[in-house]
Amino acid sequence: MARAFQKIYTHITQITKATCSIKATNVGYDELATVEGRLAQVVKILGDEVTLQIFEGTEGIPTNAEVIFMGKAPSLKVGEQLAGRFFNAYGDPIDGGPVPEGEERPIGGPSVNPVRRKQPSDLIATGISGIDLNNTLVSGQKIPFFADPDQPFNQVMATVALRAKTDKIILGGMGMTNDDYLYFKNVFSNAGALDRIISFMNTTEDPAVERLLVPDMALTAAEYFAVDKNEKVLVLLTDMTSYADALSIVSNRMDQIPSKDSMPGSLYSDLAKIYEKAAQFPSGGSITIVAVTTLSGGDITHAVPDNTGYITEGQLFLRRDSDVGKVIVDPFRSLSRLKQLVQGKKTREDHPQVMNAAVRLYADAANAKTKLENGFDLTDYDQRTLSFAKDYSDKLLAIDVNLDTEEMLDKTWELLSVHFKPAEVNMKKELVDKYWR
Amino acid sequence: MLTKGTVKGIISNLVIVEVSGPVAQNEIAYIHLDNTQLMSEVIKVIGKNVYLQVFESTRGLMVGAEVEFQGHMLEVVLGPGLLQRNLDGLENDLDKMEGIFLKRGDYTFPLDEEKLWHFQPLAQAGDQVTGGSWLGEVDENFQPHKIMVPFVMKGVYKIKSIAGEGNYNIYRTIAVLEDQEGKETEVNMVQRWPVKIPLTAYREKPRPYKLLETGVRAIDTLNPIVEGGTGFIPGAFGTGKTVLQHAISKQAEADIVIIAACGERANEVVEIFSEFPELIDPHTGRKLMERTIIVANTSNMPVAAREASVYTAMTIGEYYRSMGLKVLLMADSTSRWAQALREMSNRMEELPGPDAFPMDLSAIISNFYGRAGHVILHNGAEGSITFIGTVSPAGGNLKEPVTENTKKVARCFYALEQDRADKKRYPAINPIDSYSKYIEYPEFEAYISTHIASDWTEKVNEIKTRLLRGKEIAEQINILGDDGVPVEYHITFWKSELIDFIVLQQDAFDEIDAVTPIERQQHILDLVTAICRTEFEFDNFNQVAAFFKELINVGRQMNYAEFRSESFNAYEEQLKKLVSEKSIV
Repeated sequence: MARAFQKIYTHITQITKATCSIKATNVGYDELATVEGRLAQVVKILGDEVTLQIFEGTEGIPTNAEVIFMGKAPSLKVGEQLAGRFFNAYGDPIDGGPVPEGEERPIGGPSVNPVRRKQPSDLIATGISGIDLNNTLVSGQKIPFFADPDQPFNQVMATVALRAKTDKIILGGMGMTNDDYLYFKNVFSNAGALDRIISFMNTTEDPAVERLLVPDMALTAAEYFAVDKNEKVLVLLTDMTSYADALSIVSNRMDQIPSKDSMPGSLYSDLAKIYEKAAQFPSGGSITIVAVTTLSGGDITHAVPDNTGYITEGQLFLRRDSDVGKVIVDPFRSLSRLKQLVQGKKTREDHPQVMNAAVRLYADAANAKTKLENGFDLTDYDQRTLSFAKDYSDKLLAIDVNLDTEEMLDKTWELLSVHFKPAEVNMKKELVDKYWR
Repeated sequence: MLTKGTVKGIISNLVIVEVSGPVAQNEIAYIHLDNTQLMSEVIKVIGKNVYLQVFESTRGLMVGAEVEFQGHMLEVVLGPGLLQRNLDGLENDLDKMEGIFLKRGDYTFPLDEEKLWHFQPLAQAGDQVTGGSWLGEVDENFQPHKIMVPFVMKGVYKIKSIAGEGNYNIYRTIAVLEDQEGKETEVNMVQRWPVKIPLTAYREKPRPYKLLETGVRAIDTLNPIVEGGTGFIPGAFGTGKTVLQHAISKQAEADIVIIAACGERANEVVEIFSEFPELIDPHTGRKLMERTIIVANTSNMPVAAREASVYTAMTIGEYYRSMGLKVLLMADSTSRWAQALREMSNRMEELPGPDAFPMDLSAIISNFYGRAGHVILHNGAEGSITFIGTVSPAGGNLKEPVTENTKKVARCFYALEQDRADKKRYPAINPIDSYSKYIEYPEFEAYISTHIASDWTEKVNEIKTRLLRGKEIAEQINILGDDGVPVEYHITFWKSELIDFIVLQQDAFDEIDAVTPIERQQHILDLVTAICRTEFEFDNFNQVAAFFKELINVGRQMNYAEFRSESFNAYEEQLKKLVSEKSIV
C-alpha cells in the first residue's frame, strides 16, 4: 500500500506525554507514521483530527514536528533469515547484522479459525518433574509463570526452552533488565542453540510504550515458522506485567476510564489476543507460549495475573521450600490445564492417579505441619506424611531435577511405598497391585 | 430505501458515522473497506451521528468510507440443519470459511442450501395457524424438527395449501398462508429472527419441576437443576468450571445441547470439536455431536461479536424449544460478555457503574436469564430451555457485579471453591454455600417422590446437615486439636468426609465414575445414609480415622466399578461387612 508520494504534515494541535494530534486526511486506522523521525501509530480518528501514539514518548516534540504517514500497519519482514537474530521492538536488528529480507507481514494479524485448530496432544518434556509429573506441558499450550520478581523464573524458563524439543525459540523481552537479556544470550549461546533463537527485545533502558509491539512481533515471526514452515515454535514472553503496565499508561493518556487496579477495561481482550496465538496447527506446526507474569507480593487477585489466569491454560508457581532449602514448583497452586491430554495417554497409564495421590498426601503433610506449628501432637500418619513431603520436595519437585517421565513415576511409587500403606493412597486397586514396590 | 452514511471517526471498534436518513437502534450496517464489508451494529445515535460497534477489526479504515444500513436488527437464520454446526457469534458457519485464519468480512450461511429434507405435513389446508404453529416436520439427526409458521407473522392465518410428504430443500415452498384480508404468503423451511427479542410463541410458562439429570452427583443429588431451570457456576480460574460444564453438556438428559463459548479459550472449544463427534450420548446411544450446536466466539475473536454470541445461542434455543424439545444451553462465560459491554461503554465515555461496568448490567443479565424456562406451547406440547452460565469473578471474589447480579436471577448456585480445588476434591462445588431453589418447590418434591423415592428429599437434607456439622467440627478440631474434642466428634466429622468422598467427589476423567445415572445415585445415597445412621464405638480418634479411611477407599473402588457388576457388588458387601464389624447394635 505504499503511496506514490507521502504527504507531510507539520501542524500538531495537541501533545500529551504519549500522544499527539494533528489535522490530516486519508489516514487509516492503526496506520504507522513517523513524528520527527519517531515511530507512531494511529489510535483515534475524529473527523480530520488524527491522534497518534508515539512509542518513544513525546519528550522534545515541537508543535511544528514533521509527521509522515506510512500507509501501513506495523509489520515484520519474515523469512528464514530471522533465525539466530536479535531485534528491538520495531523489528530492527540490534546485533550488528544486516536487515533481514523477506515478505512483509502486518503484525497482530487475524485469529486462527477455531475449527482449523487441532487438539494439542504432544508432550513437551522438560525433565523438571515439578512440571512434567504434576503439570505436564503440551505443545500448542500457553502457560505463564506467576512469580515474584526475586524468583529464578528466567533460569527455569531458559532450562525449559533448551530441553524442550522445538525447532525455534522466540524470546520476547518486555522491560527486561539488560543483565537478564545478556543472561539469556549467554545461556543460549553456551548451549549452541543460537541458530534457533530469535529475539525481540525491549529492555528497561528502552521507552516503555515500545514494548507494546514486542509480543505481536514475536508471534508474527512464530506464525511464519509454525504455519509456513510447519515447525514447532516455543515463544517465551517475559514479563507480561510490564506489557500490561504499558497498556495502562497508554489508556490513561487517552483519558479512558480505568477498571480494576488502574488497568484498562479491555485488558482481558488485549491479553487474550496475544496468548490465543498459541495453537496446534493441522499440518504439524505449533506455537507454544511460556510467559512470565510477575506478581506484587504474591497477590494473584491483581488484575494482571487474574485476567491472565482466565486466559492461559494453567500457571506455574515457584516457591522456596525451607525444609529442603531448594526452589520447587509448587504442586498446589500450579496447574497445567492440558495435562490430561497427555498424561496416561502419551505417558504411562498410572500417571494421572499417581500424580493426584502424591499431591493429596503432600496436602495432608501441609495440614500436619499446621498442627505441629499450633503445638498439637502428631499422629503416626502425620509423621509419615511429613517425611514423605520432604523426600517428595527434594527428589521430585525441586527445579534442579532432571528425570524422564518413567523415572519420575517410578520415583513417586518408590516414595509412596516407603512412607505409606496401599490403603492410604486411595488409588485404583489394579494400579496399586501392578506398581506398588 | 435504506439509509447510507459516511465514516467520521474511528476509535478501535467504535465507529462514528454521519447519516442522512433514518436509522434504528441496534440496526445492522455494513462499512465498506477495500473489497470487504465490515458488519456492525448501531449502539447510539446523537443527531446525525450514529455510533456503530464493529464486529471486526477496523485496521486501515479511513474517514469517508461508505456505510450501508440494512433496515433490520442482528438476526439469526433458523431452519433444519443447525444441529452439529460450529458457528461463530454471528451465526456464520466456521467450517465453510476457507484458510487457517479468520478473514475479515467473511460471512457464511449457517444452513445447507442443497440438502433435501424428508418433509411430513402435520397440518392441513384450511387449518387456522399463527406464528410458531407446526406445519410439518423433518427428521434432523433423529429429532423431529418442526417446520413452523414464521414467528414474525403476526395475527391469524388460514392454510391455503400445504406440500405433501416428500423430499425438499430449505427454500422449497411448503405452505401458502392466507391472512384475513386474503393476502397470501409463501412459507419455506427457513426463517429469521432478531436475537435481542425473545421468541414467545407459547401459551404459558409454568414453574419448572422435572429433574434434569446431569449425572453429576454433587448437582443431581444435592442441588438439582430442573428442565427449564436456570443455574450459574462462579469460580476462580483453576477451580474446574470448564470441566464441569463439559461434563454437564456431555451427560445431561436433553434433546438439544447448545454450547456458547463466549470469550473463552479456543483450545477448550477444540476439545469439544474433537471429542463430541466420538462420544456417545448416554441416553440415546447416538453420537453426542448430533444433538449439539456450538456457538464459538473465543477470546481472540472480535469483542463485539462476543455479546452477540450469547443472544445467538439463546435464540436458536428458543427456536428448538418451540418444537417441543428439551434444550440445554450452556454459556461459558457470561463474565466475558459483561466485559465486552464494559469495553464498549468505556469507549462511548458513558458514566461507569460498579467496577466500570455499565449501569444497566443488572437489567441485561436478568432479561437474559428470563428467556430460559419451561413452556407450554399453543398446541399443548411442552418444551424447555435450561440455562447454565459460568461466571469468572475477578480475583475469585464473589462480591463483584456480574456474580451479584446473576445471583439475583439464577435459581441454582454452584459455587466452585478454591480450597476444594487445591485439595483436588473435584468437582469443587462447595456443598454448603451452593443451593438449588427448586428443592423447595412442592411441584419438584411431588415429582421426585413419584419418580425416585418418597424419602429422597429427607435423605438429601440429612446429608447436607451432616456436611455442615462435619465442617463445624473440622474447625473445632483445628482450634482444639484432635485430643481436644470427644471421640464422637471425630465420628461425626468422618461421616461427613465419607459423604464428601463417596457422594460429592467424582472423577470426571474416569469412564464409569464420570457419569452416575439417577438410579445409581439413589443406591449410593441409600448406602451412605445407612452408614451415617449407624452408631459406632471407638477407643480413640486414630481408630476412627483408620476405619473411615478404609471405608472411603472401598467406597471409591465401588464408584469406579460398573453398577451392579460383580466387583461393584463385592465392594458393597465389603463395605457392609466393615460397617457391621464396628457398629453397636
